[in-house]
Amino acid sequence: MDAVAFYIFAAVVLASAVGVVVSKNIVRTAVCLLGTLGGVACLYFLLDANLLAAIQLIVYAGGTLILIVFGVMLTSQSPWVGFKPTRGQAVVATIVALLLAVGIITLTTTADWRPSAEGPLAASPKVADVGNSLLTTYLAPFEVASVLLLVVMIGAAYLARTEK
Amino acid sequence: MFEIGLNHYLVLSALVFSLGVLCMATKRNAIGILIGVELVLNSANINLVAFSKYSAGAADGHIFAVFVILLAAAEAAIAIAIFMNFYSALRTIDVDRGDELRN
Repeated sequence: MDAVAFYIFAAVVLASAVGVVVSKNIVRTAVCLLGTLGGVACLYFLLDANLLAAIQLIVYAGGTLILIVFGVMLTSQSPWVGFKPTRGQAVVATIVALLLAVGIITLTTTADWRPSAEGPLAASPKVADVGNSLLTTYLAPFEVASVLLLVVMIGAAYLARTEK
Repeated sequence: MFEIGLNHYLVLSALVFSLGVLCMATKRNAIGILIGVELVLNSANINLVAFSKYSAGAADGHIFAVFVILLAAAEAAIAIAIFMNFYSALRTIDVDRGDELRN
């Protein structure tokens, strides 16, 4: 059952990632990205990362993607504006991406991951565990991240203001 | 084949990573490049969560993934703000014309 679900969600993720790359229309690219983000959220559910799946759907699909769609709407004269790369650039980029894929797959699947690559060893962390270590072990990064978000908020408002 | 292990997730993540790199390299629309970056970050997150389940078992991988999502959101906000300046200066967001942003 898990295997069937994994293959379905992996197919969704890969198909929409391919759609992101090949579609010329930037709006379609953004919609395909929604498919990838949703598929990855489903994979998080399969990996027992419920909190992370919810965060993925709320922050990524709900926030970042809306931001990107607004960016698309604000910066194109028409939604069909597409900038095509030259054929040579596309060929070189495809070759590099293929080499990267082959290299990473051979490297990661032949590596000896300790303690085990075969099955889950311990019980998956629960939401309470994530929350606990976020406020104990990882308190400093948590606070830094909140300051970062404040800086980003001010910075984005400053950068995007109209100069009049 | 029907037993899903760490390797399945690693292969999927490698493929998504390569597609993200390809997207970054082939799009000339700046927002297309931003979308490629999001694909790459998602592939990293798949790896973090898969390792958290199959190898460590602690919450560390989940927390790293939360921070990655946070940074992706912050990066997207700043990038879109910069692209809007780019657009108001040049009336396009073709990255090949980005060098004209210099005064």
